[in-house]
Amino acid sequence: MSEQLQTPEPLDEKTQNELRDYALYSVLRDSVSDVEDLPDGLMRLNLGPSHPATHGILQNILDVDGETIVRARPVIGYVHRTFEKLGERYTYNQFLTCTDRMNYISPPMNNVAWTTVVEEILDIKAPQRAQVVRTIINELSRIADHIICNGILGVDVGGYTGFLYVYHFREQVYNILEKMCGARLTTTFTRIGGLEMDIYPDFVKDVKAFLKDYPKILKDFNTLLIHNRIFIDRCKGVGPISAKDALAWGYTGPNLRAAGVPMDLRKDAPYLVYDKVDFEIPVGYDGSVYDRFLVRIEEMEQSMRIIQQCIDNIPEGPWAIDDYHVTMPPKEKVYTSMEELIYHFKLVMHGIKVPAGEYYSAVEVANGELGFYVVSDGTEKPHRVQVRRPCFWYYQSYPELVENGLISDAVAVMSSLNVIAGELDG
Amino acid sequence: MTNLKSRFANSFYHIEENRGMVVVQARKEHFLSLMKSLRDDPAFGFDVLMNLTGVDFLGKKETRFEMVYILLSSKTLSRIRVKVALAEDEHALSVIAIWKGANWPEREVYDLMGIYFDGHPLMERLIMPEGYIGHPLRKDFPIQGLGEDYLVESILRPVKNQAAPANQEEPTGNR
Amino acid sequence: MGIERHLGQSFMATSISQVVGWARKYSLWPLPFATACCSIEFMSTMTSDFDIARFGAERPSFSPRQADLMLVLGTITYKMAPVMWKAYQTMAEPKWVICVGACASTGGMFDTYAVLQGIDRVIPVDMYVPGCPPRPEMILDALVKLQQKISKESINDPKYRDRVEYLNNALAPLSEPVANVKG
Repeated sequence: MSEQLQTPEPLDEKTQNELRDYALYSVLRDSVSDVEDLPDGLMRLNLGPSHPATHGILQNILDVDGETIVRARPVIGYVHRTFEKLGERYTYNQFLTCTDRMNYISPPMNNVAWTTVVEEILDIKAPQRAQVVRTIINELSRIADHIICNGILGVDVGGYTGFLYVYHFREQVYNILEKMCGARLTTTFTRIGGLEMDIYPDFVKDVKAFLKDYPKILKDFNTLLIHNRIFIDRCKGVGPISAKDALAWGYTGPNLRAAGVPMDLRKDAPYLVYDKVDFEIPVGYDGSVYDRFLVRIEEMEQSMRIIQQCIDNIPEGPWAIDDYHVTMPPKEKVYTSMEELIYHFKLVMHGIKVPAGEYYSAVEVANGELGFYVVSDGTEKPHRVQVRRPCFWYYQSYPELVENGLISDAVAVMSSLNVIAGELDG
Repeated sequence: MTNLKSRFANSFYHIEENRGMVVVQARKEHFLSLMKSLRDDPAFGFDVLMNLTGVDFLGKKETRFEMVYILLSSKTLSRIRVKVALAEDEHALSVIAIWKGANWPEREVYDLMGIYFDGHPLMERLIMPEGYIGHPLRKDFPIQGLGEDYLVESILRPVKNQAAPANQEEPTGNR
Repeated sequence: MGIERHLGQSFMATSISQVVGWARKYSLWPLPFATACCSIEFMSTMTSDFDIARFGAERPSFSPRQADLMLVLGTITYKMAPVMWKAYQTMAEPKWVICVGACASTGGMFDTYAVLQGIDRVIPVDMYVPGCPPRPEMILDALVKLQQKISKESINDPKYRDRVEYLNNALAPLSEPVANVKG
């Protein structure tokens, strides 16, 4: 015997729509709100992870008393892309593609870093032509990185115009990189043993045009911001750090130099051709936001000086070493000769064999010291690659930097530190 | 290097020079005093902790893990590498009291390798989401993961219309 | 949801759709959900060399309530997916999603334990832009194609009537965890 189920009356259209919206937007009711009151009278304000300071996704949970920050807790890990695990799966040359994506504001510097480290492990030296070209591209990327950092610092404290002025020159750098290797951002243009291919014929002309046009615009950018009353009030004395503290936290790069410590791997442990060119390292006073800004501006000037010295002196010669255990043989020989074909096959299918052992080396990228700790077990794939990322080491001091500052200082300090989420590993 | 050998003869297994960097294989017993002297003693003066990492040698060495510390002296610009071997469930000792900068790297090693650090004020996961199960950088953890859908389970399908009237056909259970 | 409900059933629905589509497509305000490298290419698209503003996307809004178009730029991890989903749910109708880059479309080169293999498992996507990262012209091309798609949309489109069913059909099918897949 079946019971007749009582069907309720159908609801009218308006109620049905309301019920549907109620269910659909329930997420907004159930979730934790972004602002809550803490028992000790403070207010918990959640800054991020998706927020307009376009430095990637970083979350900061601030406990504020009115406008003053009492505690700050950064939460990271939102863009963890597992580079270290991928390092165990890729060969040494394939890992270059991962290095592109770490500090995605200046990828050629990461490429140069990885190939420099692996060449030191293998005890080979790339030919002089490759070294000079790598130096030029390194410094161009450093300029590009500082353009973004300083430009975005301007945007975050309210001055958008300067960013648009200097961004055009980042596009010029992109054009040079694109003519060189085909890609604007993920360049992967160095190889272990040298470069991927030779420089294109107009390279010197393009770089000289950049060097001629950029200083004027940099001067305009400086005029907009450096002596601007509002900029000085927002940035001077904000988020200072002493030299001793900076060293204890593991700071490197422009942030450390702004705190007064003149440490720079290009001078301390020269690589590429940095021991043959003439340049200075700018050092600041109290490590505040304003000092970091000025240090980066001055570093751009010094980078241009380095490029000026290198661009007229690119030596002739091969762009990669002749050892086919490490670099790819030229294509004409691969098609005609048996040995080169076998070398090509071994390099593509298996990779470069690196002797067993452990090695740590580092290079100065725009943010500081980018180091790689490589443990090799004698095969073509590393046993472990650990990336010593500069952002990770200085971002952990963020709570100390913004303590007793205003909420608006939280944004300025984060911008000036130049934290890049992809490199922070999230 | 000879200084180290003479002063801390009982705190390490052996010292060697590897590619220009002095490598100390330290014992765990006197580890903290060794690190403190490396920082405070004027003969050494390694006041910067440059790198801190863990390596998993599953199957290749008897002690599974190894902690590696790379120190730098800001005056002489020389570096030293200190290594400590750890067995599978052994806790490591935190150097956060000596160098502040060891805060997050130790949390990252705990998160990704599973090595617990005694003496760290906040030993929690840093990079993986809360509620994550497993330590990804270990050698027995597959790179594609063990099925992470439980982390986003609640958002993989839209919220079902809970108050829908009985005569309306609901989408069949897709959760 | 306003105009669909009030004028959707009228006899002039097609003409109204055309006017509404024209108005919507030329004033898409993007929400750049910027995560990783593709966001730098979006910065290039936004500034004066490639200028997305001439296509109507004048004001990038980081507040989901005031945005029409969500551009997912970069890798989305399992930790970030609920945040992205919440931002999507907070957006007001009508809304569209352009998925920029290989990482957002399918996980990209990161087939690993931490990366969501494609945002269409979680939110419905209207346009996919391949590339790692795509050139700014490709993002603009996607925007133009989306504009053409919007102009052809009817205000009686089923997605405005039954949202739950639309989401059920538009999301990627639930799959087994990779570790269980054999063969």
